[in-house]
Amino acid sequence: MAEKVGIYVCHCGSNIAGMVDVEEVAKWAGANIPDVVVSRDYKFMCSSLGQQMIEDDIKKEGLTRVVVGACSPHLHEKTFRRACSNAGMNPYLCQMTNLREHVSWVAVDRSAATLKAKALVSASAERVKMQKPLEPMSVKVNPATLVIGGGIAGLQATLELADAGYHVYLVEREPSIGGHMAQFDKTFPTLDCSACILTPKMSEVGQHENVTMMTYAEVEEVSGSVGEFTVKIRKRARYVEYAPCTGCGICIEKCPQKVVDTVFEAGLGYRKAIYTPFPQAVPRVPVIDVDNCRWFKQQKCKVCQKLCPTNAINYDQQDEVVEIKVGNIIAATGWKMFESKGLPQYGYGRLANVFTSLEFERLCNSAGPTNGKIVLRDGKTEPKSVAIIHCVGSRDTNHNEYCSGICCMASLKFGHLVLEKTNAEVYSFYIDMRANQKGYEEFYQRLLAEGMNFVRGKVAEITDAARKPSEEGKLIIQCEDTLQGRQRRIPVDMVVLMGALEPQADAKETGLKLGISCSMAGWYTERHPKLDPVATMTDGVFVAGVCQGPKDIPASVAQGAAAAARVMGMITKGTVTIEPIVASVTEEECSGCKICNTMCPYNAIEFDAAKEVSHVITALCKGCGTCVAACPAGAITGAHFNNQQIFAEIEGILWDAKPQAEPVSA
Amino acid sequence: MAETATFEPKIVGFMCNWCSYRAADLAGSARIKHAPNVRIIRVMCSGRVDPTFVFKAFSLGADAVMMAGCHPGECHYIEQNYKAMRRYSMIEHSLKQLGVEPDRFRLVWASAAEGQQLAEAVDKFVEDVRKLGPLNWHANLAESDERLEALANIVKEHEEALEVLP
Repeated sequence: MAEKVGIYVCHCGSNIAGMVDVEEVAKWAGANIPDVVVSRDYKFMCSSLGQQMIEDDIKKEGLTRVVVGACSPHLHEKTFRRACSNAGMNPYLCQMTNLREHVSWVAVDRSAATLKAKALVSASAERVKMQKPLEPMSVKVNPATLVIGGGIAGLQATLELADAGYHVYLVEREPSIGGHMAQFDKTFPTLDCSACILTPKMSEVGQHENVTMMTYAEVEEVSGSVGEFTVKIRKRARYVEYAPCTGCGICIEKCPQKVVDTVFEAGLGYRKAIYTPFPQAVPRVPVIDVDNCRWFKQQKCKVCQKLCPTNAINYDQQDEVVEIKVGNIIAATGWKMFESKGLPQYGYGRLANVFTSLEFERLCNSAGPTNGKIVLRDGKTEPKSVAIIHCVGSRDTNHNEYCSGICCMASLKFGHLVLEKTNAEVYSFYIDMRANQKGYEEFYQRLLAEGMNFVRGKVAEITDAARKPSEEGKLIIQCEDTLQGRQRRIPVDMVVLMGALEPQADAKETGLKLGISCSMAGWYTERHPKLDPVATMTDGVFVAGVCQGPKDIPASVAQGAAAAARVMGMITKGTVTIEPIVASVTEEECSGCKICNTMCPYNAIEFDAAKEVSHVITALCKGCGTCVAACPAGAITGAHFNNQQIFAEIEGILWDAKPQAEPVSA
Repeated sequence: MAETATFEPKIVGFMCNWCSYRAADLAGSARIKHAPNVRIIRVMCSGRVDPTFVFKAFSLGADAVMMAGCHPGECHYIEQNYKAMRRYSMIEHSLKQLGVEPDRFRLVWASAAEGQQLAEAVDKFVEDVRKLGPLNWHANLAESDERLEALANIVKEHEEALEVLP
């Protein structure tokens, strides 16, 4: 029995109709495509009247297939599937074709656009006849959630979920949660003490009954899919037993081995070989740095073990891999600082008094290596002048093209701290002052009033080669002042480089484990840049914080909370429907060659040794269809994208072409 | 020849759901004008492109075929675009033997953020295919001695392989 196809061509106001002769397309389709019984054009197909039109035709004309030529299926496929479903038709018998993004919006010639529209409608009409009814699959959602990264975004997400009564596994790579925010002294523009607002959240997470915190741990492997992920986490050996340790700190105090702390103190301070990164660390359980511990290096010392009142030190501890099951994952993996040595003209690493912004944060921090005194690298001299260089590695085609977003405000914060703590002159060298969030412009005005000097221009060079007596012993900032239109040389004592925020070095690797793709710059790609900034292309995996792109603390917190809200929605609903686009093997046709087995990146194809055939584990299949294309016997069918359907689509799309050879048969 | 002056090639473009199809969507939303000659068929992954799809398109008279996917390392399905890449070489090779100019088949990488790049790739491809003129498979088939020799070699190799089999 022939199918009865309904074709609906949308005007989208003038968005499509302005460039495509929609009436002609609909008329042509009705007259020329076999099995088309209804072919209409309408102003807005996605409106309730447009949808009603489809529903009525299904009921009155007995349509068995529907084609909607409108916008991208990524926008309205669900709408039209629902309309068909409302009229009692299986939603997978409806096909959308993209006449807007792919035709009218990119074309310049009306007749060429109309021809392309006909080809796309014809393709969908031929394809839809081959489509088969499918039932969406329903999967239970495990109420536990994995949050990767214990920075402010991850902490917020964790707390939102845990407070709502759901279990959270929080995995953090460093020995303590807190992230970069723990390193800061103040936060802009309010000048809140960073630690004072962060540490309450940290201890709340640390003590929360619904949180299983795993610090000094990393996600090793992720398998499964939305609703039920299985995650392997490697908990690195701390050499300190978690349960007996009270966090008294005697081991740290008595450890004889000092080590330069390149992580938390950004290389400015020392820690011991057994350490917690900072006094308010959560958990308070220290870790032993085996590369520097005297026991691990020379089998001598054991001071910590001898002095530990609860016998918590265990030099034989091994890494432990734990396996957890979660329904959703939130990636809040953060960022790393641009390596300022990449810009040799700024002299970082060569000129002692050039600092990175993280180093300067530690200098300002009252808990930092100088107890909050802003001093030069010698540790005692207060600078008389400080230069703050913006956009180091950002907005630079040689490094990162993007704007790091936070540096302008962080520079103002630094300027304020220098003016508050010293008598120094402060110069800010900026390209554009970006102050586009709440309270930011006001903060800029405040610093102007406080007497910070602003020089508009990108710094060419920082040098210690003096040309005049007044430059002796100073760092000279060579720059073009674009407001004055002249070159300037400004001698200063100290330089702070506002380095770019960059994706974590292993962001790509982590992304692959989670099924998140990265932008060209390396930030995680959200599902939609405007309308869905927390979900990713992988269902059940969400992003929060800077790992998705540079942002400040309020935005990171908001995104963390938003991701948690999305996860809560999934948990509360209890089940999630997933597209039934999966592969299946026709056993009678399978020769058991196993070619498909190695094709699948999800190990969803298993070889049944008894029957000598392969079969697809539906729950693991993501529906890419690579195995379908690879099967030499054509024994694998990819639901909704099977050979028959795509062959029909090719035939339809080439309706106006002259066949060149005997058609390749399916 | 009048026909080549106004020749508008018909090109079938197989694009993956996650990157290249979305790049085409983005080109649309950003109103990046480009040639209307590439008619897009959506597949879930470039790894789904069965070589027979390409041959089918040529046999039905497509002047060229484009296959587009996510950048290597950015595949939504982890690594399936690498499989597409390997198939691309294989298909290109087969097309040569069948007498279709390999320039009529092109592999393009475009992430979902690269509307501009995709539009440029489409324009470039259309321009290149215009230079080749309409697909004239039969003419090429009869002319090429090189191709006949390649086919003869395959037949010979096949016969030799059969001899070794038990």
